[in-house]
Amino acid sequence: MKHLLECWRGSGLNPRRAVNAVVLAGLALMPVYAALTGDAFLMTLLTRVVILALAALSLNLIMGFGGMVSFGHAAYLGIGGYAVGILAKEGIGSGFVQWPVAIGASAVYALAVGALSLRTRGVYFIMITLAFAQMIYYVAIGLDRYGGDDGLTIYRRSQFGGFVDLDNKVLFYYLCLALLLAGIYLVWRLVNSRFGFVIRGARSNERRMRAIGFPTFRYKLVCFVIAGAMCGLAGALLANHTNFISPAMMHWTRSGDLMIMAVLGGMQAMFGPLIGAMTFLLLEEQLSRVTEYPNLVLGPLLLFVAIYVNGGIDGLLGGGRRG
Amino acid sequence: MLYFIEQFLNGIQLGMLLFLLAAGLTLIFGIMDLVNLAHGSLYMIGAYFAASFAQLTDSFVLGAILAVLATFAVGIVLEVVAIRRLYARSHLDHVLGTFGLLLFFNELVRLIWGPAGMTLSLPSEMLNAVEILPGLFYPVYRLVIIGVTLAVAGLLYGLVMGTRLGMLIRAGASNREMVGALGVNIKVLYTLIFGLGAALAGFAGLMQAPILTVQIGMGENILIAAFVVVTIGGIGSIRGAFVAALLVGLVDTVGRAFVPDLLRVYLSASASASLGRSLSSMMIYLVMALVLIVRPEGLFPAASK
Repeated sequence: MKHLLECWRGSGLNPRRAVNAVVLAGLALMPVYAALTGDAFLMTLLTRVVILALAALSLNLIMGFGGMVSFGHAAYLGIGGYAVGILAKEGIGSGFVQWPVAIGASAVYALAVGALSLRTRGVYFIMITLAFAQMIYYVAIGLDRYGGDDGLTIYRRSQFGGFVDLDNKVLFYYLCLALLLAGIYLVWRLVNSRFGFVIRGARSNERRMRAIGFPTFRYKLVCFVIAGAMCGLAGALLANHTNFISPAMMHWTRSGDLMIMAVLGGMQAMFGPLIGAMTFLLLEEQLSRVTEYPNLVLGPLLLFVAIYVNGGIDGLLGGGRRG
Repeated sequence: MLYFIEQFLNGIQLGMLLFLLAAGLTLIFGIMDLVNLAHGSLYMIGAYFAASFAQLTDSFVLGAILAVLATFAVGIVLEVVAIRRLYARSHLDHVLGTFGLLLFFNELVRLIWGPAGMTLSLPSEMLNAVEILPGLFYPVYRLVIIGVTLAVAGLLYGLVMGTRLGMLIRAGASNREMVGALGVNIKVLYTLIFGLGAALAGFAGLMQAPILTVQIGMGENILIAAFVVVTIGGIGSIRGAFVAALLVGLVDTVGRAFVPDLLRVYLSASASASLGRSLSSMMIYLVMALVLIVRPEGLFPAASK
């Protein structure tokens, strides 16, 4: 906790810290509010926010800090989700097996994709990561035994032998929140370690980093694998949350959603992906309550942010000076 | 053998349509350095316009011409109102902004034309099949697509290689700052290129419309295929886009037709059907990954920036 608080070290209260504190307090207290008002939907919605924030956080590790713009990040959500779903269908219900497999499979996939993709630069990197994600998407469509195009219902959430009961919605929510905070802490430690400085150095000038003796390819690859593994965990959580997996969770527009969350929140901020995911999903939800055509507002809003706002919401809060 | 020729022609036809989309995309990519996820929306809008105008005028050809002009106008307005302001931003902001446009256009189409799809029916003389080889009947309309798109590709080649505007486009693809420094009104040039790309995308959409239904989101999957073409061909290269479009069209079509059969030699019928389905859908991405691994800047890299 002491370390976690250092995520916003410095002095005084600025808008950025105030917003982070309000968001965290709100997320921590939300189940109490939901229990008092009996608003079960809010609970479901915010669990989704927290899980996708973890996915956006992992994307931001490579995209925001490493400059590796991956347009295929939803593939890891899918791999993590399918690991849980396939094992559940085959009768292996233990989360002690399912979750490590989800993380491990995502890491192995990230290792293969990263090793091949990191040879390319710029837009070509965006496109090759997209291509690999499309392949995984079509693999999932071909899995007839696991629902093919229609997807697969998961009848039992991951079992943790009595330690944690994921069917308890409040408990599951707090587990997701704890994992997200652990993830933010991990990313913060990574980014501010020697490893992180090499990654950030490679983003601003890779040739110079190589010239002073850093094998940047290996550093970037390790970073890519860590992000993949983290997103695989988010996928396992998402499968448990929705009790359902389908190829649609890997469609390229889902990768686009994750990118939007990261960019919207502000890529240089530790809490950026969380704020971005929250803003995007809550806005989508609220807009669809007031109008039948929510994207008529959401679309131009994203365009406006892209054109006029530097550093996303974090930039608006005055956090854009770093990095 | 006849079946192979038929699939080969289908592949060429898909490739030519992809070329129409990819040509605009690669120019916008190469010259304005803009990642445009909304390009598929223009494809969709072209198809919707064509379906509406064809209903109004009772003529497929007239509807098609009006639709291309209308999509061109939409492209010009879009560039002036929004896209122009994105050029100076990063690629990520392009993704964010044009993804927003994609959402917007899908919703707008739902508002104007409703959630149900439309159909664009062909004039009766294009509905038939002709015998192009002894024993091989091929739909007239698919031949029309191949012919018309080839003609458009030829026109585009003439425009880019033979006119002053084309010279500026080529110059812009290799060094846009220098073109601006030499006193060319780069703003107008960008607007025209975007409009041209929009018109080509709309044209591709309306040509495809009678074969598939006109529906919301129809541009999303083909957009990714067009990106594959642009990437394989090398960003900014029209020649690369042409070669890559034919390659992707053939690989995709021939893959879908023959991969399941090939697998059946080794696997059971049901396994080869499902595996074949996903493997053949993956083919173009496999080709792209292989091309990028061997040549990280595509087959025909545009002159270095």
